[in-house]
Amino acid sequence: MSNLLEVKNVSKNFGSFTALNKISIAVPKGSIYGLLGPNGAGKTTLIRVVNQITMPDSGQVFLDNEPLNGTHIKDIGYLPEERGLYKSMKVGEQALYLAQLKGLSHKEAKAKLKYWFERLEIGDWWNKKIQELSKGMAQKIQFVVTVLHQPKLLIFDEPFSGFDPINANLIKDEILKLREDGATVIFSTHRMESVEELCDDIALLHQSNKILDGKLMDIKRQYKTNTYEVGILAKQNDVLKKELSDKFQISEASFKTLGNELKLNIKLSDKEKPNDLLAYLCQQGDVCHFVELIPSVNDIFIQTVKNH
Amino acid sequence: MNHLSLIIKREYLTKVKNKSFIVMTILSPIIMIALISVVAYLSQLNNDKQRIIAILDETGMVKEAFKSEGKITYNIFENMSLEDAKELVKQTESYGLLHVDAISNLDSISNHIKFYSKESPSLTMISDLEFKIEKKIENLKLQEKGVDIAMIQDAKTSINILQESFEGEETSKIDSVIKLFFGGASGYLLFMFIIIYGNMIMRSVIEEKTSRIIEIIISSVKPMQLMLGKIIGTSLAGLTQFIIWLFIGGALLFSVSIIFGVDISQTQTPNQQMMGEAMQNPDLNMQVQDIFNSLDHLPMTNLIIAFILFFIGGYFLYSSLYAAIGAAVDNETDTQQFIMPILMPLILAVYIGFFTVIEDPHGTVSTVFSFIPFTSPVVMLMRIPFGVPLWQQLVSFLLLMATFIFTVWFAAKIYRVGILMYGKKPTYKELLKWIKY
Repeated sequence: MSNLLEVKNVSKNFGSFTALNKISIAVPKGSIYGLLGPNGAGKTTLIRVVNQITMPDSGQVFLDNEPLNGTHIKDIGYLPEERGLYKSMKVGEQALYLAQLKGLSHKEAKAKLKYWFERLEIGDWWNKKIQELSKGMAQKIQFVVTVLHQPKLLIFDEPFSGFDPINANLIKDEILKLREDGATVIFSTHRMESVEELCDDIALLHQSNKILDGKLMDIKRQYKTNTYEVGILAKQNDVLKKELSDKFQISEASFKTLGNELKLNIKLSDKEKPNDLLAYLCQQGDVCHFVELIPSVNDIFIQTVKNH
Repeated sequence: MNHLSLIIKREYLTKVKNKSFIVMTILSPIIMIALISVVAYLSQLNNDKQRIIAILDETGMVKEAFKSEGKITYNIFENMSLEDAKELVKQTESYGLLHVDAISNLDSISNHIKFYSKESPSLTMISDLEFKIEKKIENLKLQEKGVDIAMIQDAKTSINILQESFEGEETSKIDSVIKLFFGGASGYLLFMFIIIYGNMIMRSVIEEKTSRIIEIIISSVKPMQLMLGKIIGTSLAGLTQFIIWLFIGGALLFSVSIIFGVDISQTQTPNQQMMGEAMQNPDLNMQVQDIFNSLDHLPMTNLIIAFILFFIGGYFLYSSLYAAIGAAVDNETDTQQFIMPILMPLILAVYIGFFTVIEDPHGTVSTVFSFIPFTSPVVMLMRIPFGVPLWQQLVSFLLLMATFIFTVWFAAKIYRVGILMYGKKPTYKELLKWIKY
């Protein structure tokens, strides 16, 4: 699969402060790409560079193998973190204006808006002013405006902030549907559970540097420690525990079970196989729980950032 | 439709559809005309009041100078003591009493004239009385020396020097006043326009920042386009407002003076007073004729073209700075610090226009300031009616254009960085740093 967006060696300084230090990322076509990092890592600056709001000091950006230029504005949809709408303007007028700025004709924009407003069941807001709407309602309009012109690349910066769980779900489904329809999504958020759920690829920025990127699955494989979470009911739990601690590296685990099982995390060395462990455990008692511990994005995030 | 025209259209429509804008547009001329009418009406009322002034002339030499006319009646007392006269004036509720003490020598009369009244009299009334007495005593003295007054009257001549430049352009004193009027009006108009609509631009930039829509907008358009669109859109809205003001104001003024018979010209501006002084020609028709002649003498084509060019140049120069200020700060209270340095040259220009240009339109100060870009639009507009060589206008305009391009570039830099900066109010030093970003 080819890449829709390629950022190559992009640097950006603000005075003596370096916001981006030779950042390179590649966003595969049709993927959902998570851009992660602590506050102030440079995510927003990178997104602004891609949106041509900020010009990089050095490095290049390619969209669909073309160097980024003015004609790409219509190919990108951007929902910034700091977002708002003209308070005293009517919803419909405003959406039309913003859509036309993205290059749609008045007629096209109107037809598409009608479709989206009906779809999100907000048709009767057309003549309301933004200041009459709640924050969540305004966010929906912003979402519609971002995706309306059917851009190839969608960039969402904290898209779910301000939404209640129902609407957040609705938006999440819409994002997945847009991807199905062929869009590529860049997704910047601090909510690791949505990264876990949605992203195929991630990049982690820290202090203006990229410290990690790749397929989420590959990264997880890289970060897994060969540890298995085990729940077992033996005749004598204490004896079993002692026996296991002699053989393996173990630690207490905590998860919910119905009985009085022994709960342990067992770390295997590279040579040992999980099947052998399971076979061994089966001889010792009733195994009710056997799961490989896969590092969560949250763990990877915290661990990587701390190590730097 | 391209981006710029879209932005202009939006800016224009939101401004024009704004409720307070509509209210201001309609109410302002009404309030202005109402105020003017009330003042005119009151001063008319004031002037209409009949006043009786008693004269007790113990010398018997000056009383003939007082002939009742118009709104003042002179009541000449004879053979009465000062105390009785005062009493009588109080009883008859006359306005006041002019007392001339008995003296023998005309030279010392000055210290022996007094005006008694309940309230202190107006300056004009006193100078009027003084003028009458002076005139009378002058005549008396002349007669004493054996001069025939009739001969003097006969010898009086009124002179109105006609002026003509070497190129054959005729001018006159009225011309100067008319020129002053045109120059002053256009300079002042520009000044007002910059202050009112510059502020409006600044506020609309701040609004985009505070509502946080700015990042959505500039992911679609260039900051420069947004800034220019804002300036042009707001200016068009301002122009609309001005034109409506002119129409409503004109119509109201006309109907007020017809319906209520209030003579608006009663409230004289200093300008009109000057005009009055310049036109001491008793013949009204002649005056009107003169004014039309003067209008003919004005370099009209030059005036109109220069007005349009300097107005646009000056306005854009300043409004781009206003836009930059709006971008640099988060809320309106922080703007003061940055507005002062912008207002200073503007106010300086108006002062130079109204003091120096009137004194000497082609003097060193006027000429120099009509070249300096930040004052040139106002000062040059005031100078042009007096005839400014074309090369000076061109040089001044080119300088203005160069500065305009520079400030737009400068403002766009600050604008581009500033619109995405939130939080702290920037210092001048930080603003300079933004240019390099």
